[in-house]
Amino acid sequence: MARLAVDIGGTFTDIALELDDGRLETSKVPTTPRAPERGVMRGVALALRRAGVGPAGVSSVIHGTTLATNALIERKGAVTALVCTEGFRDTLRLAYENRYDQYDIWLDKPEPLVPRRLTFPVAERVDAAGGVLRPLDEDAVAPVAVALRSEGVEAVAVGLLHAYANPDHERRVRDLLLAEAPDLHVTLSSEVCPEVREYERLTTAACNAYVQPLMARYLAALDGELQAAGIGGPMLLMTSAGGVCSLETALRFPVRLVESGPSGGAILAASVAAERGEARVLSYDMGGTTAKICLIDDAEPQTARSFEIARAARFVKGSGLPVRIPVIEMIEIGAGGGSIARLDRLGRVAVGPDSAGAEPGPACYGRGGADPTVTDADLVLGRLDADDFADGRMTLDVDAARAAVAREVADGLGLDVVEGAAGISEMIDETMANAARVHAVERGKDLRARAMIAFGGAGPLHACRMAEKLRIPRVVIPNSPGVGSAVGFLRAAIAYEAVRSRYMTLASFDAEAANAVFARLAAEARAVVRQGAPSAPLDERRSCFMRYRGQGHEIEVPVGGGALDRGERDRLRAAYDDEYARLFSRGVPGMDIEILGWKLVVAARPSGPNGRPGGGDGHDPAPAARRDAVDPRTGAVAAVPVYRRAAMAAGARFAGPCVVTEGQTTTVVTEGFAGRIDGFGHIVLERRGEAAR
Amino acid sequence: MSDALDRIHRQVMWERLIAVVEEQAQTLMRAAMSPIVRESGDLSAGVFDLRGRMMAQAVTGTPGHINTMAASVRHFLDRFPAGTMAPGDIYLTNDPWLGSGHLNDFVLVKPCFLDGVPVGLNACTSHLADVGGRGFGPDAADIHEEGLYIPPIALVDRGAIDETLMTLLRANGRTPAQNEGDVYALIACCEVGEERLAEMMREFRLESLEGLATYIVDTSRDATLARIRDWPRGVWRNEMTIDGYDFEIRIAATMTIDDDRLAIDYAGSSGRSRYGINCPPAYAQAYTVFGVKCVVAPDIPNNAGALEPFVVTAPEGAIMNARKPAPVAMRHIVGQLLPDAVFGCLHRARPGSVPAEGTGVLWDLSLRGGFGHLQGGDRTPFAVELVHNGGAGGRPASDGLDATAYPSGVMGSQVEMTESTAPLIVWRRELRPDSGGAGRHRGGHGQIIEISSSEGAPFQLAAALDRIAFPARGRAGGRDGAPGVARLSGGKPMNGKGEQDIPPGDRLWIETPGGGGYGDPAERDPAAIEADLRGGLVTADAAARDYGPRPEAPRPDGRASPRR
Repeated sequence: MARLAVDIGGTFTDIALELDDGRLETSKVPTTPRAPERGVMRGVALALRRAGVGPAGVSSVIHGTTLATNALIERKGAVTALVCTEGFRDTLRLAYENRYDQYDIWLDKPEPLVPRRLTFPVAERVDAAGGVLRPLDEDAVAPVAVALRSEGVEAVAVGLLHAYANPDHERRVRDLLLAEAPDLHVTLSSEVCPEVREYERLTTAACNAYVQPLMARYLAALDGELQAAGIGGPMLLMTSAGGVCSLETALRFPVRLVESGPSGGAILAASVAAERGEARVLSYDMGGTTAKICLIDDAEPQTARSFEIARAARFVKGSGLPVRIPVIEMIEIGAGGGSIARLDRLGRVAVGPDSAGAEPGPACYGRGGADPTVTDADLVLGRLDADDFADGRMTLDVDAARAAVAREVADGLGLDVVEGAAGISEMIDETMANAARVHAVERGKDLRARAMIAFGGAGPLHACRMAEKLRIPRVVIPNSPGVGSAVGFLRAAIAYEAVRSRYMTLASFDAEAANAVFARLAAEARAVVRQGAPSAPLDERRSCFMRYRGQGHEIEVPVGGGALDRGERDRLRAAYDDEYARLFSRGVPGMDIEILGWKLVVAARPSGPNGRPGGGDGHDPAPAARRDAVDPRTGAVAAVPVYRRAAMAAGARFAGPCVVTEGQTTTVVTEGFAGRIDGFGHIVLERRGEAAR
Repeated sequence: MSDALDRIHRQVMWERLIAVVEEQAQTLMRAAMSPIVRESGDLSAGVFDLRGRMMAQAVTGTPGHINTMAASVRHFLDRFPAGTMAPGDIYLTNDPWLGSGHLNDFVLVKPCFLDGVPVGLNACTSHLADVGGRGFGPDAADIHEEGLYIPPIALVDRGAIDETLMTLLRANGRTPAQNEGDVYALIACCEVGEERLAEMMREFRLESLEGLATYIVDTSRDATLARIRDWPRGVWRNEMTIDGYDFEIRIAATMTIDDDRLAIDYAGSSGRSRYGINCPPAYAQAYTVFGVKCVVAPDIPNNAGALEPFVVTAPEGAIMNARKPAPVAMRHIVGQLLPDAVFGCLHRARPGSVPAEGTGVLWDLSLRGGFGHLQGGDRTPFAVELVHNGGAGGRPASDGLDATAYPSGVMGSQVEMTESTAPLIVWRRELRPDSGGAGRHRGGHGQIIEISSSEGAPFQLAAALDRIAFPARGRAGGRDGAPGVARLSGGKPMNGKGEQDIPPGDRLWIETPGGGGYGDPAERDPAAIEADLRGGLVTADAAARDYGPRPEAPRPDGRASPRR
């Protein structure tokens, strides 16, 4: 039986089909935004035909989509209302009371998803310990339902203060609303995000409600199409946390589906890391518009509990809507093949974050784009073959690329066109390297001992120079780098993460309360995972979020299995001190420690990766051709060997400078690196001693 | 190609330096103990050449460090010339006149060595939670009452930390463990900066920063001057009155725009206060330049060259040039209102170039209770700073932002976190209708916040609030924003400054100010008035008063809508 993965991106829909023997078949078709299921069905048919597999041969479909994200970015979700605690009508609008750009006095903040007139305060109040300070005024709820109907509201978020500590009032509001209006989609903040901090919790609930009707319609349509095509296996949905969940869970918590494509890429990198035994990895995924960087330790991507959706200013931190959901933590940089280069007002080369996208695209596409892009620079530098681009389906216009680079960048600096292109390439690589460095520091991590796993259409082109800048010794280009996210979906576990706030100080550690929280979390998470994995063995991991009293942010500390007792307190203190010292070089003895929340992850591991032969004898294949290429670090122009990836077997060796070409991308090997094909078919590039400086 | 490559590499290294200071800032922010540093980014970091020229500075939560840091590194170099520094040395001061304006801000400077030779300096600043004295408030009579005062000294000598100094530091604050942690965070920040700077110089085979610094400084100065020359030459004046503490404060600003500089002088302003709302000159300069830069050259990175064309002066003894030993703990009250003062000058130079006046000053609610703060102390002791804001000024082309910090960039407090950590109940936190000044583009609204003890206990407000007597003024025909309010829920008014008690059973009632409106209210788009009415942010009475009777607005179904 074959497993099918479907990744709907903004421009392309990628399909990956994995057969029983481990063979991988892929296809890439344009996304059909108005009815995305149509593009999916076209791509699926193509992949099945290439693989020679019938629809009945598909055992399961794993699906990731940007649909929820796009609905939030483009504000095309449902008319959504909010029921809140009286006195707190403007939580969504007050947000953090700050501006996302220090120097911009003209900026506007993102409009809340729920307008003020659709925000309905009800009298009630719960305190931080879950005690009721003021009972719910039930008589006030039914009129809200009537008002919702007259305003054409499809979805409603219920977000009451401290509902994470006591959800009774929220549940009662839901029951009363549904009694009046049974068709409403109702999201409770205490279910979608049972965590302290009202702004993030309510925003998360509002986002969930906002996309729920749309996602319900879409997923039902896609499920119907798949069934009609004779693909009967269960559909699983990729989440932002890098796991997959059942359709039922996806319909309840559609907000957890955002960013599933990028998380698929990180999962691919993690599975390559596991295969190759790479303990410390930097995953680098560069596409047409953005680059994503994720740190992976021991084959586990870094995770976080919050994510910003729909940034008003692209890539500017703080300009979007913060949602508290489990996510694979990565940094997204406005740097892709389509990123536009120009001279800024200080006469410096600036690249991105604006992108020429697929339409009109880079100047060399010849579709009317006049701005020079990173792809144009790569072409001018001889890294791309004008006659063999995108599986040979496109011919690139070198003259248009040179003209654009000269006009917008090189002429203004008094450089020749190749120098100008080198400047564009250096600057985009520097931008990405700097973002990676700052991201690593934010996470208390070092980059230098890491291997880079690079993919995406543009990643392999820029990986070596990035690695030089970051002093990374080894670069791996996995198989099928052009459809990395879809391949990653196939490697994801069926998993669910449940989190709950329950405050206690470590000094007054309450083992019984902690056990009760974990029991609830375990029951919730197991039930969700069992929907997608009825019989597989389950792994559980537990942790809690601790901080020095009064500090801004928490550190995640692992908690052992089994029932906890008072002895856990000392163990937690020691674990916290260790983790704090690891992150910040030393602990602070004598400070009180508090625990804010608890987390439990249940995962059903898929059967292990297919065993594959390793090694292969070292041999030096003959290049398929030679091509003039420029090294941006030294400026040297040389005729470099061109190798075809498909023609190279395990054990093949080659030395930089050279390029390795394949259907959807090109790997540029700089002078400082030597490459080989490993036993899995991955390209492995190792830095050569001091030459790499 | 090597000359071309050098030119590209200069640009690349400039980008790298900006990333280095950002890495320094992130290191500090993560490791710091003080909540205002962790949550709000009250910190800074910079890279300097050996002549003390600032090459890059991190953009962080507060503009108060912008050129205070540039000046303080030169003070350090005067006392400790680069030739006398050894690898592993780190220097420290919290002198408000050499550093960042009050004793809570610690400034550290570390020389960067490359292969045993000093090549540059890394500096950083952050706000420590408590440095003893009277605590964080405006009531001290002089600087010595405000806490521990550390002149520029060596904190770390060739890698060995001065334990005597650390012992004194621990003993002279109410949060010894936090303070110690913050000093170590600052040290870590300097070390990251040194390592990264040296790494960059090795990658690009650079032996000195001089050439790179000259390129950055010259390019930035020239670009800033080009922007200034874009403005009309001349002299423009503006005056603004704010509440003050012991007397109303007049801020008189005179702006002179020439070919080679933009100068602001505060002659004619009020003299120093007897309370700690005085402002050392470097801090006044920081906020003044920040305000001007937001309008004139917001996109030019901060460095010695970008700041050089802006010249700020004030007569000695003026409240924004208060000399030692004036108390200065709450210097942000005056400092944060200076951008509004200079906006008035810029508006005269070029109408339509700036917003109306806004709240400006943070509405930071410093609340305390229990033993050590109030008598009768069997109640839970606590001390919290709730950060809140009023409305910003209306803008020439858009409304002012509701309840948003400017010029500060700090983040507001969340009710659930407040209630989780202090024995308080926040009964209300929502926007304050009708508080934004009317105009073609109205001012941003303030907010209403109501707080009680959760234990029926008394608690205390250490107030440092402004724009209660003198609201944010409208511009170009726009109306003034609503003034702020501080009172008991029972009705008794409170002062904007100083320590005051909220008795058991009563509640603290705060209404933060609204921003001023911009332009004639008669020109406001009826659809915008309608939207405000529908959301309830402007009441029908206020709309009728400010905007007059309007034609019936059509409803989406095409029928006329009755007035609400």
